[in-house]
Parts: sequence; structure tokens; C-alpha cells
Amino acid sequence: MDKNISFTLKVWRQRGPKEKGQFVSYPMTDIPTDTSFLEMLDILNEQLINKGEEPIVFDHDCREGICGMCSLYINGHAHGPATGATTCQLYMRRFKDGDVITVEPWRSAGFPIIRDLMVDRSAYDKIMQAGGYTSVNTGGVPDANSIPISKEKADLAMDAASCIGCGACVAACKNGSAMLFVSAKVSQLALLPQGQVEAARRAKAMIAKMDELGFGNCTNTRACEAECPKCVSISNIARLNREFICAKLKD
Amino acid sequence: MAKKIDSKIPEGPLAEKWTNYKAHQKLVNPANKRKLDIIIVGSGLAGASAAATLGDLGFKVKCFCIQDSPRRAHSIAAQGGINAAKNYQNDGDSVYRLFYDTIKGGDYRSREANVYRLAEVSNNIIDQCVAQGVPFAREYGGTLANRSFGGAQVSRTFYARGQTGQQLLLGAYSALSRQVKLGNVELFTRCEMLDVVLIKDENGENRARGIIYRDLVTGEIKRCSAHAVVIGTGGYGNAYFLSTNAMGSNGSAAIQCYRKGAWFANPAFAQIHPTCIPVHGDKQSKLTLMSESLRNDGRIWVPKKLEDAKALQAGTLNPNDIPDEDRDFYLERRYPAFGNLVPRDVASRAAKERCDKGFGVNNTGLAVFLDFKYAIQRLGKDVVADKYGNLFDMYQEITDVNPYENPMMIFPAIHYTMGGIWVDYELQTSIKGLFAIGECNFSDHGANRLGASALMQGLADGYFVLPYTIQNYLSDQIQVPRFSTDLPEFKAAEDGVKEQIEKIMNIKGKRSVDSIHKELGHIMWEYVGMGRTKESLETALKKLEEVEKTFWSDLRVPGQADTLNVELEKALRLRDFIEVGKLMAYDGLNREESCGGHFREEYQTPEGEALRQDDKFSYVACWEYQGAGKAPELLKEPLNYEYIKVQTRNYKN
Repeated sequence: MDKNISFTLKVWRQRGPKEKGQFVSYPMTDIPTDTSFLEMLDILNEQLINKGEEPIVFDHDCREGICGMCSLYINGHAHGPATGATTCQLYMRRFKDGDVITVEPWRSAGFPIIRDLMVDRSAYDKIMQAGGYTSVNTGGVPDANSIPISKEKADLAMDAASCIGCGACVAACKNGSAMLFVSAKVSQLALLPQGQVEAARRAKAMIAKMDELGFGNCTNTRACEAECPKCVSISNIARLNREFICAKLKD
Repeated sequence: MAKKIDSKIPEGPLAEKWTNYKAHQKLVNPANKRKLDIIIVGSGLAGASAAATLGDLGFKVKCFCIQDSPRRAHSIAAQGGINAAKNYQNDGDSVYRLFYDTIKGGDYRSREANVYRLAEVSNNIIDQCVAQGVPFAREYGGTLANRSFGGAQVSRTFYARGQTGQQLLLGAYSALSRQVKLGNVELFTRCEMLDVVLIKDENGENRARGIIYRDLVTGEIKRCSAHAVVIGTGGYGNAYFLSTNAMGSNGSAAIQCYRKGAWFANPAFAQIHPTCIPVHGDKQSKLTLMSESLRNDGRIWVPKKLEDAKALQAGTLNPNDIPDEDRDFYLERRYPAFGNLVPRDVASRAAKERCDKGFGVNNTGLAVFLDFKYAIQRLGKDVVADKYGNLFDMYQEITDVNPYENPMMIFPAIHYTMGGIWVDYELQTSIKGLFAIGECNFSDHGANRLGASALMQGLADGYFVLPYTIQNYLSDQIQVPRFSTDLPEFKAAEDGVKEQIEKIMNIKGKRSVDSIHKELGHIMWEYVGMGRTKESLETALKKLEEVEKTFWSDLRVPGQADTLNVELEKALRLRDFIEVGKLMAYDGLNREESCGGHFREEYQTPEGEALRQDDKFSYVACWEYQGAGKAPELLKEPLNYEYIKVQTRNYKN
């Protein structure tokens, strides 16, 4: 099981949002295959620091695939070659001795680069602020069991709610569309009676915000679904379109 | 003792204390709320729920987080569930029973009144989350589903697959987002608090009036003022380097408050979670937790025969070839009444005991099996996959072993810290106007936290406790105008922060932050870990001094301070982890007893169970900062149990 591999990393380095970036090659030797991809970058950073150079900047936090902080476009795939996993859950056993591994940031108009592999995803917060909630204050709500919800509906809502807001769908989309992200939240809440009350208002507000922030349109290429680390389905986009059309018809 | 500790427990019978408090506390009227600013540092379950609730009450809230979005706080990673005394299962649960289980689970080292209040508001949390659209698991009939967790004989845990923390946090984050839209909450993302600012009032008493923070993108040091400051920045488990915490989780905000005079309570109480994926190499950056819910259906075992264990360690034996009669289901053997569902501290120590005796099952000898063979036989693979599928996938991705076919390997790891900033019943620290909520306070879990109680406490503090109690403080602040950040106190604090940063940047040594942090982690695990002795703790204190010296003489932080600099962020946190480490060692040394997560090897029963010394240590140990390089001073808050009988914890029968 344990063995070591050597390979070349080609990493995008860019000092700031307005500066010119470039790929820099780093030879990596004797990396154990049971290290995670981010641990491999830790090893490289440690080497760079020991040489007095500045480490590569990349976002990461929980390292168990749930916080949505890590990103990286690895060999042309958002979150790398594994399906249904984030970059932090990717292990070096997926790579071979002698490989050339290309590492880039998310590239999208909606997510400007901050430095190296770190991007600004605050647009997602702004979309959520436009309507990604039920308008209830704390307290004064009914008992949790007062409205029965079918297991099927609850499970579908949970499928949609498993989105971690990492931005892979936008990065993977040739149009830079945030439809999968928006549809996941709209679907989750539209499926549940608690969220149904303002479903139409929510769909319109979130889509309007998404357009305003410069994200592209959906042309059903399904790249988002293929790259989503949580396997969020594009049937959510269909549900969003339904909510949106219904809302518009009522206008 | 110079200072008397007033925990402000309301009068009256236990079950009426919180109701009485709310009936008599002072409130702030809506017109005045708009004039009051509150800083909330941290956007996890506690911080986000507090910010959302205080925002919808009409206060002006400024919410800070170090990540790029509030949704990334480490509460997101909680897997198993959240407890509440709903008794939806009709299995005999009640507010009193949840209270009792929590006090007992905490090994009788928490406050009765706080814990009772926690149990009381637990039900409101579930109602609130459902109203927000949190997709909890449901039965076919449409009602909410429950499962069991360690330390309880009822099913009171609500869950959303293995992602309960995520769903609850996204609920709170949604509510917070709504308040941002409404203009009541202002977000400060990628901003890290570096000091709390205190200003003396007309009576010469210090009050928390703001913070100094660093914009992590630009590197600028900035000031922010408010009428009250709330910290909800989580625990300090990363002092051990390897833990189940996120890479960015840190204890710095708490330590900044401590250095300004807030007491740090029970720092030695750290939880070691029994079901984590074992350590595999020296390049590892963190440990991954496997949810406690797995203990509902998985059975924990090691071989009965030492030769089998040796063969497993050498890799010459397949665990599936060991027949049932040669397997030692040691939790079921030692604790028949609770079996695999004993509390975390008990399960962790039992695993350590078996591995210390040589029965460990992997190449390092530091692992035990968690086996789903029996659950798959009983329920079928589909049911098991439905319940735990995502956890199994995660395990396979990390270890390259299929847990449907082979038993999982697990070992204890640092997971949660029960200790933290001391707070009174109102969640106010020993500094006026400074509040602490969620994991970063010490309040409710005593010496050991039960599973699914962290989410409960974080949300209880944020949604239903702090929004009341903070008004009792703010009600006499309505005449106080907004503060200018030009006051000399802000300048002094900012200068102090800048001076520390400059000092760190100027060390220009040879060691990276991580290399020193790993050294700290080894010391903590080795000498302040699962089994502690007087000797080990004294050694720890000595070694921590050396680490501190290394830090200040040989650290290398590349780059500049006035721009994005991840190494500088880590260095500032590491400086504070060393302080945390020392506090933990002092507290562990002082507490000459074993209780909950704190196991002093000198104090155990002949069967190896924790042996409390109630006559000497039935108190909260509060540590007061005395200045750099000086030992902290101990203050004691006695714990009086009026409503429950203090017993030796028994999970056998």
C-alpha cells in the first residue's frame, strides 16, 4: 500500500488580482502515496519556506470535504480527478510516478484571484443574502413535528442541501454560471413546506443577484454536475427553472 | 483569595431559574437597540446564531470570521447530530433526563443551573431549525427521526445524514444572511481578531469596547468599536497540532481575552474522541473523525489472543479470519449496560488500555477495529449504506480500505475542548461587556462532553441564551454614545499588536511555523494527552518553555506583514497555542484527580476507571493571567450540587 512517487507540479503563481500570473514548475520527489494532495502542497511549502521563498497560497480549512474552502483546478478538473470528492479528500495514490500535475485556481469572472490559487468567492454570500433563507425570526415558530414532511421530500431536500458552496460548478462551467449553486438552495427550500411560502420570491431574487454579479447562463452542458464534489444533481436546475417560470407567470 | 467569583445563578428551584431570570431581567427597547453595536467574533453555530438573532432583535451587529464566508466555520464538520429532550420516541426522555445525562456525562464538573437551562432550550432549537428549512432525517410517516448517542439510554439525537453540523450551520448562516440583507449585520470576512480593547467606565472598571483585527487579504491592522464584544471562536484543540479540528481553528481570541484579564476555566478538560482514523505518517496535517453515530451499529473489538494482534501488526493476518470467539468486544465486556455507546472519554481510555497491553491492530499498534459485519448481517448492506454511506466513502478514500468488507480501524484523537473562557450564568466573562459563547466558553460540559451536545450548546447560547442575557448588560448602556476608534485605548492596543507582529517578522530564524507547531503537538500528546501524571505535566511545562524559546529565536516567517501572509497568521496562532499548552499543563497539574477527559494515572480505581476526588476538586479552576513569563493564579468557583446526587459514573449496569 505504502509507496513513494516522484512527479512535476506546475502551479499557477500570481501575486495579486491585477498582476500577471504564470506557471512555475516544482519537481517533487519521494512523496508517499498515502499523503493527501493538500499535504503534498504542505510539503512543497515547507521546502519553499526553508529556502526562504514565499509559500504557495491556497484556501483550505476542514480537510474533510465539508467546509467548501478548498478549491484547485487539477489537471483540468475542478477538485482533481476523483469524483464526488473535494481536493482535500484527494490522495496521491491517484497519481503515477513521472506525472506532470497542473494546478490552477478557479478561473471565472465571478471569482477574481486574490493570490496564487486563492480566489474571492464572496459573490456566493451575496447571492445567499438576496434570498437563500426562510424569513423567520428566532423564536415563535411551531413545534418541529407539527408539519409532517414525507421522507422522500426530506431526502430530496437533503440531497440539494449537501452543496458546500465551493464554487466548483462555476469553475467547471464554460459560461461561468452559478446555476447549480443557486438551484441547490432554491430546491432545498422549495421542497419543504417551510420554504415553499416564499419560494417564488426567493427564486427571482437569487437569480437576479446571480445575473447582476456577472455569472453566466446555463446551457445544460452538465459540466457542473460532473465536477460537483457532492454530486448535486442538475435536476435541481430543472426545479429552479420551474420555480422561476411559475414566479414570472404570476407577475 | 482576593477575588470572589459570582456566577450569578438566579434564585429559585432549578426548573424555574431560567424562567425567573427572563421574567425579571432588564430589556432594551426597540428604539434603543438600534443605537447599540455588538461585535461578534466567529461565525460558527454560536456566532452565526447569535448574530442572526441579535440582528433580528434590532441591534447593530458586526460579525467577524477568518474564512472567506461565515458558512465555512468548523461547526460545519460536525457529523452525528444534535440532542434535544423532545421525547418524540416516547422512550422516557425529559428535560430532567437530558440535564441529568449531561451532568453525569460531564463527570460532575459542570454547573447545575447552566446545564438545566441548556436542556430546557434544546427543544426550541429543533423547532427553530425546522422552521429554517433544515432537512432533518424523517420517518415514512413524516415525523422527525432520532438516533442514539453515547452516554444516553434514550434516542434523542436529531440528524441530517452524517452532515448535521453542516445543515445546522447553513440554517444559521441563512438567518445571518437575511440579517445582512436587512442591514442589521455587517460581515467582516477574512478578518482575524488580534486583541480586545478595554476602556474604563466612570467607576474605573474595565469594559470591553472593541477589537483590533487584521484584514487577512491586505494585511492592514484595523480597529472596530462596539458596546459589547462577544467571542464565539471555538476550541483550542489544535494546540496538539494533529486533531480533528480544521486547519484554521485556533484559541487565539480566547487567549487574547485571557491576557487582558478574562479568566480561563478548566483548560485541562480536552476531549479525546474514540473514533478517528489512526495516524499514518509524519506528513499528516490533521486527523479525520468518524462520527460517533457509527457506534450505534458498529462493534468495537481487538483480538483476544496476543499472537493474533502481533500477526495483525505484522500484516500477516486478515481480521476477517479471526473467528468471533477470538474477538474481544471489550466495551461490551466491560460496560454491559451501555456497551459500544459508553461516553467518549470512557471509550477512548478503553482503547488506549487495550493498545497499551499490546492488542493494537495496525502496524503502529495504535488502532482498534470498528466492525460493521454484524450490522450488515442484521440489517443488510443497503440499510447500512443508507445510514452511513458518506462516512464509509470518506473512510475508503482516506485509507484505501473498503469498510463494507473489512473492519474499520480507529483510534482516539483530540476533538473538542470543554475548558475555555470562564463565563457566569449570563455568559459574561470576568471582564464586563465581554461575552463568550459556544465551545470557546467553559460552561456546560464539565470534564467531558456527550456526543451531539456541542451543536446543542452552540445554538442554545446563540439563539436562546445570549440574546436575553446580553440585554441585561446593555440596558444601562443606552446612554453611552458610539465609541470613536480614535480613543487612546484603541491606539495603545493597535500599537501592541503591531509591535508583536514586527517582533515575529524580525526573528528571521530557520524554522517554519509548522515544524515548531508539530514539536508543540508532540509534547502535548505525549505529556498532556490521554494519560497524565505529575511528572509528565512537569516535564511538559519545561518542554513548553523550550518550544517558546525556539519560537522567539528561530522562527522564520517569509514575506511581509503588510500584505496577505499565511505564515504570519499561523505564527500568531502558534504563539497563543503555546500559551494554551502551558495553561493546560498548569491546570492538569493542579487537578489531582481523574475526571472525564482529564485522566491522572495516579488516580484510578483497580479496574482502571477514573477516580474523582470530590472533597478536594469539586470546583471550576479559573486561571488568571499574571503577565508574560509568570505562572497564572488559580481562583476557584465551588460547584454545589443541590438537585442531583453526585455519584461515581457507572456505565456497567
